[in-house]
Amino acid sequence: MPLAAAPLCLFLGRGLLPWIFATGVCWVAFVIAIALALDLSGGSVITYQMGGWAPPLGIEYRLDALSAVALLIVTGAAAAVSLYSRPSVLREIEPANHGLFYTLFLLCVTGLAGVVATGDAFNVFVFLEVASLSTYCLVALGGRKDRRALSAAYTYLVMGTIGATFFVIGVGLAYMVTGTLNMVDLAQRLPPIGDNRTVAAAFTFIAVGMGMKLAMFPLHLWLPNAYTFAPSAVSAFLAGTSTKVAVYVLIRFLFTVFGLEFDFEQFALIAVFLPLGIAAMFVASIVAIFQVDAKRMLAYSSVAQIGYMILGISLATKTGLTGAILHMGNHAIMKVALFMTMGAIMYRLGTTSIPHMAGLGRDMPWTMAAFVIGGLSLIGVPLTVGFISKWYLIQAALELGWWPIAMLIVMSSLLAVIYVWRIVEMAYLQPSPPNRQISRAPTIMLLPMWVLVLANIYFGIDASFPTTLANQAALLLLGGQP
Amino acid sequence: MSGILQDPGTIILLTMILPTIGAVLIGLTGKWPNLREAVSLLTGVVLIGLVLTLLQHVLNGGEASIELLDVMPGIPLAFEIERLGMMFAVVASVLWTVNTVYGIGYMRGNNEDNHTRFFACFAVAIGSTMGIAFAGNVFTLFVFYEILTLSTYPLVTHKGTPEAQAGGRRYLGLLMGTSIGFFLVAIIWTWAIAGTLDFELGGILAGSVDEGIVPILLALYMFGIGKAALMPFHFWLPAAMVAPTPVSAFLHAVAVVKAGVFSVLKVVVYVFGVDFLAGTGANIWLIWVASATILLASIVAMTKDNLKARLAYSTVGQLAYVVLGAAMATSLGIVGGAMQIAMHAMGKITLFMCAGAIYVAAHKTLVSELDGLGRKMPFTFAAFFIGSLSIIGLPPTGGAWSKWFLMQGSVEAGDIILIFVLMLSSVLNVAYLIPIAIRGFFAGTEFAGAQPAPVGAAVSPDAKTGGWWQNIEEAPILCVIPLCLTALGCIVLFFFVDPIAAYLNEMLVPVEAPVLPDPTPTTE
Repeated sequence: MPLAAAPLCLFLGRGLLPWIFATGVCWVAFVIAIALALDLSGGSVITYQMGGWAPPLGIEYRLDALSAVALLIVTGAAAAVSLYSRPSVLREIEPANHGLFYTLFLLCVTGLAGVVATGDAFNVFVFLEVASLSTYCLVALGGRKDRRALSAAYTYLVMGTIGATFFVIGVGLAYMVTGTLNMVDLAQRLPPIGDNRTVAAAFTFIAVGMGMKLAMFPLHLWLPNAYTFAPSAVSAFLAGTSTKVAVYVLIRFLFTVFGLEFDFEQFALIAVFLPLGIAAMFVASIVAIFQVDAKRMLAYSSVAQIGYMILGISLATKTGLTGAILHMGNHAIMKVALFMTMGAIMYRLGTTSIPHMAGLGRDMPWTMAAFVIGGLSLIGVPLTVGFISKWYLIQAALELGWWPIAMLIVMSSLLAVIYVWRIVEMAYLQPSPPNRQISRAPTIMLLPMWVLVLANIYFGIDASFPTTLANQAALLLLGGQP
Repeated sequence: MSGILQDPGTIILLTMILPTIGAVLIGLTGKWPNLREAVSLLTGVVLIGLVLTLLQHVLNGGEASIELLDVMPGIPLAFEIERLGMMFAVVASVLWTVNTVYGIGYMRGNNEDNHTRFFACFAVAIGSTMGIAFAGNVFTLFVFYEILTLSTYPLVTHKGTPEAQAGGRRYLGLLMGTSIGFFLVAIIWTWAIAGTLDFELGGILAGSVDEGIVPILLALYMFGIGKAALMPFHFWLPAAMVAPTPVSAFLHAVAVVKAGVFSVLKVVVYVFGVDFLAGTGANIWLIWVASATILLASIVAMTKDNLKARLAYSTVGQLAYVVLGAAMATSLGIVGGAMQIAMHAMGKITLFMCAGAIYVAAHKTLVSELDGLGRKMPFTFAAFFIGSLSIIGLPPTGGAWSKWFLMQGSVEAGDIILIFVLMLSSVLNVAYLIPIAIRGFFAGTEFAGAQPAPVGAAVSPDAKTGGWWQNIEEAPILCVIPLCLTALGCIVLFFFVDPIAAYLNEMLVPVEAPVLPDPTPTTE
């Protein structure tokens, strides 16, 4: 587990150094994650015992196909964003804080990767807090250009802490009944205990806590502000990773730890998660349509997209889970790319309000083209990744014979057409204001942006690698024991 | 070079790659208009060459298919040639090239902006049309269907005015809405039921689907293919009229709507299977919807004074003929429907190019303004007249034959009422098309004494000077030649219909031969 190691030694002043170091670390981590994912797509499991203690006692790290997906997302997003961040950080964050920024950034990456890699329920909480605390600070760093970032960070802090507390209470309850914190052990010991109140309470606390963290529909209030006011690089990174990791934890607990044996869990999936997922898809999309600020619009769109994942999870079939896991990865790819375009626009234009983007298609052709492709992916147009995951979700709904749900999925995709197209029309069909002098975005921003955009298309055309991985993950989850 | 070109699979790919390369080159040569237009034309000519090579291959009884990669396990991006798609490809590539010539004349004659973007999108659109024509499974068809929608969107909104934006919004909204909302669902449903998405003669659904679902699935497909403009999802077509005329011609005749009805035929023949569909009786409602569309659209067309709007509604009606042919689920109906694709393409592109020429030369857009214009633009109006005949379905034009086969199809299907629908529709077509040519030639000046119409009076000063040739104020030559060619094409098609009919008939032969193709081989 090389990821938990190192990168704290980052008080290297304020020059180029922190950036180079952070970027290097992220890329190394990404490469390792790819290697691990290739290994794991076969369905094997890698474990590592921290400090050499045997699993039930010591803390165990354990990776399977699902963790591989999440790990890829985290490290991939980190690698892309770290490369990208340089100009935007220079512009948006006070020079004195640059070292701090990269330190926090790496901490956050470490925390998220740790959550994904660990096999211990309490350790999840620890890493989650590492990641969250650094995230709060990262969001607050946006306070230079807009003081509202501070209040956004504060809201996020409060909501996030409540979520984490709920989660830890849930874990505590589970520990109370089973006497173990290791996930594999938990998974073995919970079912025999059966349907008792404590287990149900543990389940509820964990689900609600994670729901908070992953911005499940009625608990999403922190997200739009945090994404809107955070520095661009931070928004891009958060959009791709933090909620995804929370989704990962939720899936992990729902399927691996608790399994599908419990009545109350079945009930929760069908009666709570399913309607909430659908509500998120619609309410958040509709709210997104009426946003003036593009970053905020994308933030609401994130809430809606999380709705798709929740929906996929709630179907609890192989195809549904495959769709949810795929969407986790795919949404990360497209949202990071989209937030990067916003960062580039912010960098050149100084604002991301949609009316100011008139004519931007001519002034920043590469950035806007990236936005269009990312937007198409968000809609779920064929040949983009968004299409693949929607395909699986719809297929899952149809396999169960729930065709109204399939119709709802496509209807909400159409809402995405509306909000994406507002920007496209503004950028391409409106004349630019006469006295605006804007050059294209810096290459170092365009490069990672376009790598992601091309990944969007590539994995939309040749989706066999992610689908096998996601399929494998879904199989493991539904097979009970990983 | 020749080694590569002998493999039909490669040629199929080339038909899509070539226009893409063309589009890139057009983008790069944007600064030199003549060079750029040369690239466009060269693309067109080479494309026709490629398509004809494939046609030769098909006529020799050859088959070809190529499978790229699995997009998802079991769902590859695949292409194959079969007769229907082949015909569509020939029609589309030939008319595209003609239309490009016309487009160059029109865009220059009208001083439109953004030529480079225009021609680049034009090239991408024909590439995706080829993809549709040669698609080997429903999934591939859907992919290129969406690319076509997206690549034509900049064409529709080309002018960038608020109306163009509104029209474009409606265009995109409706086409995307129906395709994602219904078509995609239908495809995934099919995948869930049949376990395959390949096009197979006799269909892939037979035997594995509950009969109660068939009408629902058919509805999802038919309304999902919004490009076929079946009522009530036809509004995008009149809305798209804001586009420059070459685009309208492209939308209406060459690619977009044709891609729609082509997809309808493909789905009926290769997904449902003609016999299966007729057997379940799921096609009955479709027959009525198509008939209603035919009649209603013709009636609406009569009320439109804007020439392009009138033609747009005419297209809606004419497309429903193809859907009707498919809905009959008889072999003659299918042949008639397929033939209608070609005949209507030829006729409608003529009409649209005429409308465009009139706009370039005289800046007239309303039917009521056309009085006497035929004497100034005799070629254009003669072509218009011929095109009208073909749309109506009168000899000596190609349109007569497709109507003929459709009527035979309705006899075969045992629906005599349909014959009356078709006849009534032809009468309506006469009512809204012929007056246009008549106004052009006969109304106005010479009879102005008897007619107090101020519109005619406006034209009179020019009309009185000298012989008839001196009054001619035709559109640019690049506009006029293509429309004369396609008008001639309408007549030529009348006399050479036999090979086409034979060709299309062969498409359906294997349907009757093997009763059961083999019950759905792939299960995951």
